[in-house]
Amino acid sequence: MRYAETGFNLEIDLTRGNIERVETDPRLTELHLGGLGTNTKLLWDRVPPETEPFSPDNLLIFSTGLLVGTPATGANRTIVTTYSPQTLLMGYSMMGGFLAPELKYAGYDKVIFRGKSPNLVYLWINNDKVEIRDASHLHGKGAVETQELIRQELKEPNAQVAAIGLAGENRVYMASIEQGRSSASRLGIGAVMGDKGIKAIAVRGTKDINLARPAEFIKLCNDVLQYIKVRAPKLVPEVMPILAGLGSPQEMLHADEKWHTENFMWGNARTRRKDFWNKEIEEKWKETLETVRTRLISCYNCPIKCGAIISVPGISTYMMKCFSKLTYTMAAFVDDLDFGFRIAQRAAEYGVDGFSMPQAMAFGFELKEAGILTDADFAGCPSDNEGKFYWLLDRIVRREGIGDVLANGTYWAAKQIGKGAEAYAHNNIKKHEQLPLKLGMLNPIYFLMYCTGEKTNITQIEGNFPQAPFSTMELREEFVKDWVQAPNDKFKQYVLDWEPRGERSMPFYPTVEACCEIVDWQEKMHYIDDALGVCAGLSSFPLKPPYHIHNFPAFISSATGIDIDEAGLTQITKRNRTLLRAVNVRRGLRRADEKPPEDHWKKRFPELEEKLLDAYYKFKGWNKDGIPTKESLHELGMDYVAEDFEQRGIIKNE
Amino acid sequence: MSKVKKKVKVIKIDVDKCNGCRACEVVCSAFHAKPQYSSNNPARSRIRLIREPLKDVYLPVYAGEYTKAECSGRDKYVIDGKEYDECDFCRASCPSRDFFKEPDSGLPLKCDMCEDDPPQEKPLCVQWCINDALTYEEREEEVEEEVKVEDVEIGLESMVDKYGLQKVMDTVARMAKKD
Repeated sequence: MRYAETGFNLEIDLTRGNIERVETDPRLTELHLGGLGTNTKLLWDRVPPETEPFSPDNLLIFSTGLLVGTPATGANRTIVTTYSPQTLLMGYSMMGGFLAPELKYAGYDKVIFRGKSPNLVYLWINNDKVEIRDASHLHGKGAVETQELIRQELKEPNAQVAAIGLAGENRVYMASIEQGRSSASRLGIGAVMGDKGIKAIAVRGTKDINLARPAEFIKLCNDVLQYIKVRAPKLVPEVMPILAGLGSPQEMLHADEKWHTENFMWGNARTRRKDFWNKEIEEKWKETLETVRTRLISCYNCPIKCGAIISVPGISTYMMKCFSKLTYTMAAFVDDLDFGFRIAQRAAEYGVDGFSMPQAMAFGFELKEAGILTDADFAGCPSDNEGKFYWLLDRIVRREGIGDVLANGTYWAAKQIGKGAEAYAHNNIKKHEQLPLKLGMLNPIYFLMYCTGEKTNITQIEGNFPQAPFSTMELREEFVKDWVQAPNDKFKQYVLDWEPRGERSMPFYPTVEACCEIVDWQEKMHYIDDALGVCAGLSSFPLKPPYHIHNFPAFISSATGIDIDEAGLTQITKRNRTLLRAVNVRRGLRRADEKPPEDHWKKRFPELEEKLLDAYYKFKGWNKDGIPTKESLHELGMDYVAEDFEQRGIIKNE
Repeated sequence: MSKVKKKVKVIKIDVDKCNGCRACEVVCSAFHAKPQYSSNNPARSRIRLIREPLKDVYLPVYAGEYTKAECSGRDKYVIDGKEYDECDFCRASCPSRDFFKEPDSGLPLKCDMCEDDPPQEKPLCVQWCINDALTYEEREEEVEEEVKVEDVEIGLESMVDKYGLQKVMDTVARMAKKD
């Protein structure tokens, strides 16, 4: 019997309409755990690096994680993996919600799509019965609407559905996959789903998930729940409220948006409004939030309420979480939060990424102001800020006129437009839009994360180490006192020694070596989560989370029966991380691509930055160009990668 | 008849506090697995969350008695502007829906308040609902001591109700003769 996992994948060939249930190799679980780890392996093994994202040969993988569906709190993530049309690298985007556990209960760890369907279809998985069904009647339907329509059509109120909207159908690069209050938004995976002709996946499962050592496992689960109960309401001092507790940023709960509105940039990631937040705005925004928010809600088997049901009078209900409440508002320079909730509803039905879409629109209007795009490009566009954004959103999603260009994201749109438009696509890393954040002094830890993060999204890399030094020694001592999550005492010393000003302050403290260790640790925790399907909001993202490097091995061992200690888990994580780097190296990723937006910090330190990157690459077992070395690949049991690199001339055979 | 004290176990459900996570279903099915916690499967849970997010319907319901037949008519309740199906509040394991039945055998499931040895402090669903949508109370009620009626008598009473005492007596007499 397989424990924690089901041991089966579904292989769907859309071109031929073929469906197969395939048993997986248990050895792969020992090497890569599951989730992102085994997704990466599939992509490495089965999709040659020359494959275009919109080729039938590209795979689109919907994966659960190893612990998904077990009683482990917050183990509910769906990890979607493919080659991204936006970055051209491996794209992996994740979502919480209810789909992945349902898939496990139906008896599958992953659904792997290949080929392309000639017509729009949806996949219906009902335990052992799996069908590809016609979806032509769902063409153009909203991503939220579609989920409900499919449940009704199947007469299965308990089915879980993930769907794309019009954006995905039209292969808009910012297209997301929506599922309840969750969405897999980044890197254009919704566009790949649309390209393959898949409107939705619906799942119903009523089978068991088994555990190897149940008594031990349930005790760990109970400990985690008890810890959450104590930790969640106990906010870390000096950290902004939305990040001081647990979960993803608590923006559905807190109305206070002083920090975001005054520190993040408005428009096309350009303008800081340092005195935006005042009493009047505060009251008005609070009222808006409380009027539209019907209920705070959670994902499967998790007590933290990161999401909310949003009912704006006059438009259909949807669900939201995190920062998308503000991205449209701020990109459009609208001071009324009500607009944010209204346009986000339309965007959720279209199925688009709440980070990239507002920036692409603000970028378009900036080009118009600069005279690079013309009035003819915007013929029929209203002049007010709100109307403008609705108008352009509709054009982009339908790929009409200028919308067709902007639908490829700011990087590709700028290339196509020319005439100096590239300078306006200024907030990208690896061709992908980033948080609209512009800061003063270089932060060496964030520098490394921005450069090397394979997710191309800072919130998916940062986490367990404080974002800034605490102001007093008293607070630092208080913080490290019960910091059981730190890998060892060295990290506590970094926190104690880290000063806001003076010798031990940024950018030269933490030291280069310490930065490498801190970044590596934070990233490691994300890679563990993404393989297990545990939500980062209970693990790698917040400070002092319930899951950490010291209790994860026991969770994995008691769930699966595969005995793993901290060193073993670290080795697996390193293997997964290195293989992902290898997939991207094979697709052309090099050191030259690894840089934050030039204007991310005002004060830059080129010499230090070089040193940081050199040291971090070495720490990771990569050469000066960011390519894993033959020795490090051998040590991780991946000689097959080194051989492939040699054959392709990526590394020399010495 | 004398009065006796009876302990009544109560799970209080505050639907406004429900965050819809279904942890109650997870732990219920795990607790009742054999061996305990060895597997979990919400389809086997004795508590189910009726959940329609877009209508803001979040309603945990516990498995009660088995019923052979579904109700002949159905009602709808509108409470605070939200429409509920009558069945939403019903605890029966019933042919009208797939709740509260073992998925393999179709046999009915019933909440047992997590009977355990040694006893659990509270049912597991309550322990795992840290948002306090589910809370546990015990209260004592005074009830009249039940006089246990024999099974045969119960059966005969219903026959008498239907056919009258004389006919039942005649039948019993005739049956006795045959032997």
